[in-house]
Amino acid sequence: MSNATAGSPASGTTPASGPATTGTTPASGPATTGTTGRTLCVPGNEACAEGALYAGVGFFAGYPITPSSEIAEIMSRRLPERGNRFIQMEDEISSLCAIVGASLTGSKVMTATSGPGFSLMQEALGYGIMAEIPLVIVDVMRGGPSTGMPTQGSQGDVNQVRWGTHGDHSIIALTASTNQTLFETTVRAFNLAETYRTPVVVLYDEMLGHLRERLSIPEPGELPLVERLRTGVPEGVDYHPYLIRDDGRLPMSDFGGVHRYNVTGLYHDMWGFPSTDPHTVDDLAHHIYDKIELRADELAQAQEFYMEDAEIVFISYGSPARTAHQVVHQARMNGQRLGLLELQTIWPFPARMVRDACRKARATIVVEMNMGQMYYHIRNAVENPRSVFLSNRVDGRFITPKDLRRVLRIVEGQGE
Amino acid sequence: MSETKKPAGYYLRERFMPHLWCAGCGHGTVLNGLVRSVDELGLKKREIVMVSGIGCSARMAGYLDFHTLHTLHGRALAFATGVKLSRPELKIICPLGDGDALAIGGNHFIHAARRNIDITVLILNNRIYGMTGGQYSPLSGCGIDATTAPYSSIDEAFDAVRLATASGATFVARTTTFHVHQMQQILTQAIQHKGFSVVEVLSQCPTHFGRKNGGLEAVDMLKGYQQNTAPVGSKKLENSPDLIPVGVFVDEERAEYCDRYQGVIDRAQGGAAARTAPVGQGGAAAQGGAP
Ligand SMILES: Cc1ncc(C[n+]2csc(CCOP(=O)(O)OP(=O)(O)O)c2C)c(N)n1
Repeated sequence: MSNATAGSPASGTTPASGPATTGTTPASGPATTGTTGRTLCVPGNEACAEGALYAGVGFFAGYPITPSSEIAEIMSRRLPERGNRFIQMEDEISSLCAIVGASLTGSKVMTATSGPGFSLMQEALGYGIMAEIPLVIVDVMRGGPSTGMPTQGSQGDVNQVRWGTHGDHSIIALTASTNQTLFETTVRAFNLAETYRTPVVVLYDEMLGHLRERLSIPEPGELPLVERLRTGVPEGVDYHPYLIRDDGRLPMSDFGGVHRYNVTGLYHDMWGFPSTDPHTVDDLAHHIYDKIELRADELAQAQEFYMEDAEIVFISYGSPARTAHQVVHQARMNGQRLGLLELQTIWPFPARMVRDACRKARATIVVEMNMGQMYYHIRNAVENPRSVFLSNRVDGRFITPKDLRRVLRIVEGQGE
Repeated sequence: MSETKKPAGYYLRERFMPHLWCAGCGHGTVLNGLVRSVDELGLKKREIVMVSGIGCSARMAGYLDFHTLHTLHGRALAFATGVKLSRPELKIICPLGDGDALAIGGNHFIHAARRNIDITVLILNNRIYGMTGGQYSPLSGCGIDATTAPYSSIDEAFDAVRLATASGATFVARTTTFHVHQMQQILTQAIQHKGFSVVEVLSQCPTHFGRKNGGLEAVDMLKGYQQNTAPVGSKKLENSPDLIPVGVFVDEERAEYCDRYQGVIDRAQGGAAARTAPVGQGGAAAQGGAP
């Protein structure tokens, strides 16, 4: 679903007041979070946690790590209030494994971490992809590699999310730049995890995680919620957990329910039993890849600001998009035709959306807090790669309007 | 041996036979004992979730007609913790290899034991990495030939029973594939036990351990289990302390993790009883969550 929204001068000065990007179909069930309908002033991590609660998270396992720990702390308090469960595991490996187990019993599940923990999760992330388990994993990015800069923001995990676990696979990763969109993105992550039976990563930087701003929690029913698709096969009739329906979906059956079946990280047949049969392997390899990659256009979501007639386009995501938004907005006041495409779906890479956005632009400036992890994908996607420039910072500091204006001047041939 | 009410085949997924275990492997004997225990206990197949890691032992899950979760090398107990905590009414049984349980999975093992979460662990100890072709394991011990110990191993072995006990497991036992009657009895007790129960089963691997260590065949290894073991607390063991003790070492009651978590839910929901209830903390059975 592409929900690109044209920016207008009336749309406030920060993306915070930008239009919501999620659909408006009614939710499938009431969300009881105790906070619905209220307006809060909270850090991004809390907005993410509130989004998860709104979506109906029923199980959380995690291991503390800056700058994501607040999410675990909130879950430890809120989940038991609702009769749900939280556990602090012995590490991030076991955290991801535990939520896989809990998901198979029918719960919506989540874990939250940061770079070092996300690195430890890679093997189990691959398991979730291979066994097609609905999971939501939050990675609040800090400076890396290694222990890096625990308390400073970065966007250094963008490509790790895509290729961190071994083997051919695909993944969905979403991001946001404001507390309101982070809330909605988290709800969307749960919806996509259930729809496509796959791990979904919510990826955002420490700046957003710790940025305190307004969050209006929607009323129950305001945002659509996707509940688990369960099999209608009755007891006593063979249920094939990995038999793909014509619409590409695989209805599930909860552990403890009437159907007993095998789940494995090995290549497997429709029974979930290990197989090395070349046809079975080939089918599954394509299935787990194609179910996401072939839907890249459908999954692509972004916000557009002043893109209609933009001569120079910024492409950004996460908190750097806030800076780009401000620069674009001010430039428009001076009659400069700048625009911003703020990506909210990172993976699968929204190639067509990026190509279309850049088609009419003289230049494209990618704004991100890494060494150009999205920049290279954007160059590959556009018709004229030589018109794409990178404006980045990797020093743990916020990208400022001044940083962007300097790059703009250079691109325009005006010097620093 | 107590009488089985259903044929063993009732519990098996015969569709997936023949199994991949080598001739003479002890793992099938353990599967047999386990099936008989489940039958004796009258458990329904849908009440049981078998969670295994990766290894020869882990393949047991695929052959049994329970809910089965074949996971990652070493991580079975982490997956199992998620299943159990979110659905405490399910019975969880984890067949683990010695490397699976105590090398790569050692950290999960001690932490699951510490929590005393109601999971039954079978360590199928063949003292070797079977699946990967005979490398030494943390239970091989010194003086063993393995594909990665061509000059004989120099690593000391864990004592799985003492490790489990020290970590907080509330049921700890050791048996062998020779002692099939005792094994079945112990498995029955372990599955019945509420809390973290560990059964180490010495299980022969003639293919990788036997062949490299004096050309032992399955029968030689079974005879070894007969000759080199003695019941815990027996005169025989007292007289020959070098023998391997078998039997039940620990069988105690302590608040179980999911029960304690129910106490957390009660406190979070602010029930009057919950507010006055003591916060559970280590050891004492009286403390912790409401039942
Ligand atoms: C992360 C990881 N490391 C290594 C392996 C390779 N591997 C598979 S099984 C195994 C050890 C098997 O030995 P054990 O756990 O003792 O069980 P057994 O096969 O003897 O029953 C190893 C090292 C793996 N699958 N995953």
